[in-house]
Amino acid sequence: MLDQQVKLESASSPSGTQKPIVLDIQGLNKNFGGLRAVKDFDQTIWKGDLAGLIGPNGAGKTTVFNLITGLYTVTSGKIIFKDTDLVGIQPFEITRMGIASTFQNIRLFPNLSVLDNVRIAYHPHAGYNFFDSVLHTQRYQGMEKELTEKAQDFLSVFNLQDRQGETARNLPYGEQRRLEIARALAAEPELLLLDEPAAGMNPREVAGLMELIHFIRERFNLTILLIEHQMRVVMGVCEHITVMDFGEVIARGNPEEIQNNPTVIEAYLGRGAAALSQRLSEKRSNVA
Amino acid sequence: MDKSSKSTTSSLYERAIRERWIGKGLLALISILAVGYISFNAKDSPSLFVQQLVNGLQIGFVYALIALGYTMVYGIVKLINFAHGDVFMVGAFVSFYAIDRYELHTWPSKVIPGIPPLLSLLIGIITTILLTMAVCAILAIAIERFAYKPLRDAPRISALITAIGVSFFLEYFGALQFVFTPNFITYKGPFTTTTWYINNGIHRLEAGTAPPDNSVLFSNILIIIIVVSLLLLAILQFIVRRTKIGKAMRATAFDKPTARLMGINVDSIISVTFAIGAALAGAGGILYATAYHQVVFFMGIMPGLKAFISAVLGGIGSIPGALVGALILCQAEVLSAGYISTPMRDAVAFTILILVLLVRPTGIFGEPEREKA
Amino acid sequence: MKLPQRSTMIFFGAYILITVLVQALISFGILNAFWSTLLRLGAVYAIVSLGLNLIYGFNGQFSLGQWGFYAIGAYVAADMTFRWTQQGSASGLVILLLVVLLVGVSFLGVSWVLKRIPGLDPLSAFALYLVGVFAAAFLAIMLGRVLIDPASSILKSMPDALATQIVFFLAVLIAGVFAAEVSYLFGLPILTLGSDYFGIATLGFTIIVKVLLDNSDTMLGFEEMKGARGMIGIPKIGSWLWVAIFLLVVLIVTRNLLQSSHGRAIVSVREDELAAKAMGIDVANQKIITFVIGSLFAGLAGALYAHINGFLHPNTFNFIKSFDPMIIIVFGGLGSVSGTLVVSFIWILVLEGLLRQVLPEGFETWRFVVYPLLLLIMMLLRPKGLMGGTELPYLRQILPPLRKKEAKPEEVAKAGGD
Repeated sequence: MLDQQVKLESASSPSGTQKPIVLDIQGLNKNFGGLRAVKDFDQTIWKGDLAGLIGPNGAGKTTVFNLITGLYTVTSGKIIFKDTDLVGIQPFEITRMGIASTFQNIRLFPNLSVLDNVRIAYHPHAGYNFFDSVLHTQRYQGMEKELTEKAQDFLSVFNLQDRQGETARNLPYGEQRRLEIARALAAEPELLLLDEPAAGMNPREVAGLMELIHFIRERFNLTILLIEHQMRVVMGVCEHITVMDFGEVIARGNPEEIQNNPTVIEAYLGRGAAALSQRLSEKRSNVA
Repeated sequence: MDKSSKSTTSSLYERAIRERWIGKGLLALISILAVGYISFNAKDSPSLFVQQLVNGLQIGFVYALIALGYTMVYGIVKLINFAHGDVFMVGAFVSFYAIDRYELHTWPSKVIPGIPPLLSLLIGIITTILLTMAVCAILAIAIERFAYKPLRDAPRISALITAIGVSFFLEYFGALQFVFTPNFITYKGPFTTTTWYINNGIHRLEAGTAPPDNSVLFSNILIIIIVVSLLLLAILQFIVRRTKIGKAMRATAFDKPTARLMGINVDSIISVTFAIGAALAGAGGILYATAYHQVVFFMGIMPGLKAFISAVLGGIGSIPGALVGALILCQAEVLSAGYISTPMRDAVAFTILILVLLVRPTGIFGEPEREKA
Repeated sequence: MKLPQRSTMIFFGAYILITVLVQALISFGILNAFWSTLLRLGAVYAIVSLGLNLIYGFNGQFSLGQWGFYAIGAYVAADMTFRWTQQGSASGLVILLLVVLLVGVSFLGVSWVLKRIPGLDPLSAFALYLVGVFAAAFLAIMLGRVLIDPASSILKSMPDALATQIVFFLAVLIAGVFAAEVSYLFGLPILTLGSDYFGIATLGFTIIVKVLLDNSDTMLGFEEMKGARGMIGIPKIGSWLWVAIFLLVVLIVTRNLLQSSHGRAIVSVREDELAAKAMGIDVANQKIITFVIGSLFAGLAGALYAHINGFLHPNTFNFIKSFDPMIIIVFGGLGSVSGTLVVSFIWILVLEGLLRQVLPEGFETWRFVVYPLLLLIMMLLRPKGLMGGTELPYLRQILPPLRKKEAKPEEVAKAGGD
């Protein structure tokens, strides 16, 4: 829709060192019947990145996430994750390959305990098979104990170990969000997709969340891709940002470049605001 | 993917998978067997075959009326109303009382002396039908208010189990000695049946005589059923497509919360939908009873389920689909009853259901939904 | 070897005690045949309902097909023992054993092939499985014909009672596995449908089974089953002891399964299918496994039922009665094993037993008014069921104690503690 596509090359190879590419999306398209929800979307994410995906509501951001995780079928394009094209692969296999995600509206297992929510993440690597379960063999008992201890340790990292017996839906909202992130991480992913993690949080919780995101990147050696509306989080956490509108990429860059990008401002706030911003920055540079 | 470098055999293989050849092959096999079996048998006696088709037509329209109620209710509250078949039964019983016991259909000739008998019959019957439809509609509204509405936000299973409970209740309550009897009740009907047979032209069958061989029989009941059903369908289509209430119904079915925000009284619309569906089923009940001269308290179970299958076949939520689905299903049923065995028709009906669900779950007139993984 | 937990020992102890007590009461004639039958029937209903609870209460799949598998289990087992006791032939046993084994092999084979054809649609996969089943069945019948005589002579060389018990035991197992295999074949394409349609499809299955049973002598060619007239002459060897043993095994299997990682995976599908997929759980696979196990239980229950009753009539398996186990598990509390267990017995003992004593005439008609009324009342007043969220200690999943580990201070601070 918009004529200019501002690509700021400097953003795309952070710190200049050659890091391996974790995710490479090429020419991604998704049509829902006649509606083109995602058009020619490209994105490269390097190992260890904290990348952001922003844009007005309905821009197609969650759709991109769902295409990556396999919950939506791709109309055309490629999603290359560690040398494999994810297109056509089942969602549960994609997770097992190393991509975990959280949802816009928290999707915990509501009637299960906090501990169980985490333990389920370990199921693909439980280490015992069906017959072990039914017969409660030695192997089952050993592996189950290990699994449980691992889960409990995991919970303590997120300060949730005292809540292990609580039913998930009884937790306060902030803890539910933390649990969702913890659960996603228990699956031991390389790439973590967070869909509006700060939604519904007050400023203090948001600050805690931002610390948490930095912490988990270090601690778990992650690459993170984040959808967010709260600019404080995006600007404070993300190292490079992609902006979408009407299903297309309209801008890329680091936080500072994006903040001052007139196309981005226009997309969010309209033409008037963009013009205003333009005049303001001109004034600033005149004064300086 | 470099297509030019692929050999033709592997791209043929890919096509076979993508276009589901094996599955389609299975379906083709089944269809060929079915068609072959029927044609083989039909060959011996073509008039019998046509007779089956005529019979199927008769019951098909009745089922269509019932199917409409299912499809409309499912479209609007996503509930499979197991009690709907029993509303059909209630309709039949109400008409039984009205016509056989109290002879309500003769009221014009009692009230307006000198009225031509045919006109009296016509008015009497139409009013009886309307009365039955009204009773059924009220019953459905009551059921909805007391049994389904409280559970509207509960998990779907609760509503389903409640529907089953209501269904059982209607059936067996009627079977108690002091209400009706649990046996078959013969039903005289408001008028005598006139039968025609087709054999070198259409001839009227005199009472007490046998029709010549190789003739196809049909009666005025068939004509009446078709006329009444089509009339009701036309009225329904008009209501749904051309009136404000119809628009409200479609809106509520599409997106309930938004409809509410648009100022539509969703509760009323839901009640109206139930009422219309029940009224149609009630009409179906009268027609069925008139055609087959029997009522019994559990007559609604199988027709109810078959009507539901018809709705699924035609595309649940689609009004023309209900008619088409019912006609197709009844033909299949009647042919299997005729050429295989009577109990098998139930098995055939449900096999069709399963095949539809496997091949095209949204039915003939539904849109295929293949967006999500 | 670790000593089992206290709750385990209590449960087993209590169970054995009750079993022995009841058996004693029966043997000494204190409990007459009527009540003994009711108790055994209660246990059978418990097994069927536990199977359905697994499928619906724990896995969230609304299935009305349980009764169809119950019917299949009953007739299949009855046929085997009938042929042995009435005709002195091990034909039923041998052929069905081979069918069950070879069909199982064919399933493994076809699924191995399917793994190499990614993206095949359900209908085509079903067609392949169907071909495999036909091939296996054909092979089994050919092979079976040869093995019937040697098998019969082996059995005849044993004392009569022992041979009958062996045939019975094998018949029950084979019937269960047969039902499980049918459920696998049927479930594969059907489980891909959404929950409503799945329910209707399973209802259709139950109805089709009943129609086939009505025609079992004419269309399917099993004259001894006598179609709609009902099958008689089944040995009444479904004793309390056997029934109690099978029930115990089913309880143990259910409980063990649910307390393991597989159990959690099963439940996660019910809780939120999408989230489960996102956690790496193969939802489609979980559904089919649960469906098969639940149907296995139904088949076992049916087989036992046939040998308690001594005769079978297709009307017992009409789809209206298929709502019984559904009502039982809802009453007992979906997802509650103890609830299902308790309510199954109450259901039979009260509805068949007490009610029959209290309202002798008109009972037959009145009970169908009482059932739905009870149901409606339960739905509106106590939707969580009788036992709601509680379980007996052995059956309940106990949360493990927290490890006494010192959380490192900097980790705790960084984890955004509130």
